Amino acid sequence: MLRRLAILVLSLFIASLVLFVLLRLLPGDPANALLSVGADPQQIEAAREQVGSNLPLSEQFLRFLGNLLRFDLGTSFISGAPVGAEIAARLAVTLPLTFLAFALALIIAVPLGIVSAVKADRWYGALISTVSQFGIAIPVFWVGILLVLVFAINIRLFPSGGFPSRGWHAPLEALRALALPVLTIAIVMSASLLRYVRASTLDVLGSDYLRTARALGAGFTEAFVRHGIRNGAVPVISILGIELASAFLGAVVVERVFTLPGLGSMLLLGIQQRDYPNVQGVLFVSTLLVLLVGFAADLTQRLIDPRLRDKARVAS
Amino acid sequence: MSALDETPPVAPAATRKSRWSLTLTIGLILVGIHVAVALLTLFWTPYDPSATAGGRLEPPSLSHWVGTDRLGRDFFTLIMIGSRIALVVGIGAVAIGAAIGVTIGLLSAFATRFLDDALAATLDILIAFPVLLLAMLVVAASDGASLWSAILALGIAMSAIVARLTRILAKRVLQNDYIIASRTSGTSWPGVVVRHVLPNIWPTLTVNFALQFGIAVIAEASLSYLGLGAPPPNASWGRLLQEAQGTVYTAPIGAIAPGIALVTLVIGVNMLADGLRDIGDPTRRVSR
Repeated sequence: MLRRLAILVLSLFIASLVLFVLLRLLPGDPANALLSVGADPQQIEAAREQVGSNLPLSEQFLRFLGNLLRFDLGTSFISGAPVGAEIAARLAVTLPLTFLAFALALIIAVPLGIVSAVKADRWYGALISTVSQFGIAIPVFWVGILLVLVFAINIRLFPSGGFPSRGWHAPLEALRALALPVLTIAIVMSASLLRYVRASTLDVLGSDYLRTARALGAGFTEAFVRHGIRNGAVPVISILGIELASAFLGAVVVERVFTLPGLGSMLLLGIQQRDYPNVQGVLFVSTLLVLLVGFAADLTQRLIDPRLRDKARVAS
Repeated sequence: MSALDETPPVAPAATRKSRWSLTLTIGLILVGIHVAVALLTLFWTPYDPSATAGGRLEPPSLSHWVGTDRLGRDFFTLIMIGSRIALVVGIGAVAIGAAIGVTIGLLSAFATRFLDDALAATLDILIAFPVLLLAMLVVAASDGASLWSAILALGIAMSAIVARLTRILAKRVLQNDYIIASRTSGTSWPGVVVRHVLPNIWPTLTVNFALQFGIAVIAEASLSYLGLGAPPPNASWGRLLQEAQGTVYTAPIGAIAPGIALVTLVIGVNMLADGLRDIGDPTRRVSR
């Protein structure tokens, strides 16, 4: 437990270090973003002072770290707005998108995955697993484009992009705007999730304890529900963290397909405009979320599987 | 880790009769087509990829199989070149990822407890960085998007995953009694790696490489789609899709065809690897 927490803290430290180093590797002084062409040395020095790029690297890093600890992500070079507030506003689009897609993917993948394993010898079991093979070969943005083609152009059921300017104050419009993006991510995610559920179910089906339960007189459904699901859930939960992270990343790309004002578009704009505080902030918050999710997944796993609680080190 | 090792089941009867499976055949055909097309584009393309070859956004016809794009360039030519780009990206990224990853993984498996713990923790952290985010960062850092910076970024991101897998697999092999036997009979540690560890872990690694190949191709397409990829005329399928999305109302074929090309390549490589693994791994020949 403590060890896991220590790893989390250490991970965050290293992540911020990596971010810092990579962004300092960028060619050119970050102060250049503040300057116009033909600035005189005095202006350059002033800009460097303002950005802090005139300090030694170690001092820059300590300042960066100190600001992070106070949740101060700095201000945008371009707009001058606080980065933290901008990220918070954009998370209001990206987080619902991520979690709705994740939930929908689970709703699709868990039952289908179990069916495809239990009924592996039937045509529909085989069909489900074959179709899910395509899921790991399809780029998420292409699924988005295809859905736009079908649902926004041919059927005209949902908008092909955009988000209501009033945001969540117009809840129905907002949900309608998120419908296709959510479906896009959920389709791709459920395919890879389904493969894990299926593999895990197959393991359970071949297990001794399930056979013993059947031999003791339990019907298949009873044995599977009482013993199979809890055991089978453990490996699936361990990858949920990764899946949630990839849903988040999918959201970053899919936001572009549907022109949603989320974290992804903020990152892209930041990269284009060389707005380092924005880029840094988005990447840091993304990494923080991904690491926290991994931590939560580990804890859940321990709650479900008592065997893991006692082991100091999971033999992964 | 059994969930990760799980592979699509192959019909038992088919594997027992011959090791040549349908999976392998389809995989070979799909990959073969892409490789052939990629090689062909080095010498010949139906039209000049950077010149207008017809009217704008023409529908598919005999002279333009999937029509023309908004600048009047032949779309089929662009998709053919996309095959070459995708193969270069996939092979390049896997080569970098494999070279770094396998080396670190093996070192970690042989290292002392402390060093191994430190390496394992570092790898866990690196893996938490999503591949695409890392690639975006590197592409942004390399001032002007180029194909090579994308390949390098994807390869480095991949190496963490490969290293972790190599470490786990190698440690499992090293626990066997025959390693002790081999050591006592005078084999050096490098000898053990070459004669026992690598042959044992290679089949699983190969399948993982194939998976990573697909992930790299998709990630590069995503980068290009986001406008962070290589500029034309070396445009990848991702950029073609991004350009075609703007004209999806009038010429939907352009938003469909490059995607199909990409999916066939990724699925083909995965099937090829699955098929080859069934041939190469003796434990899979008889059982099941």
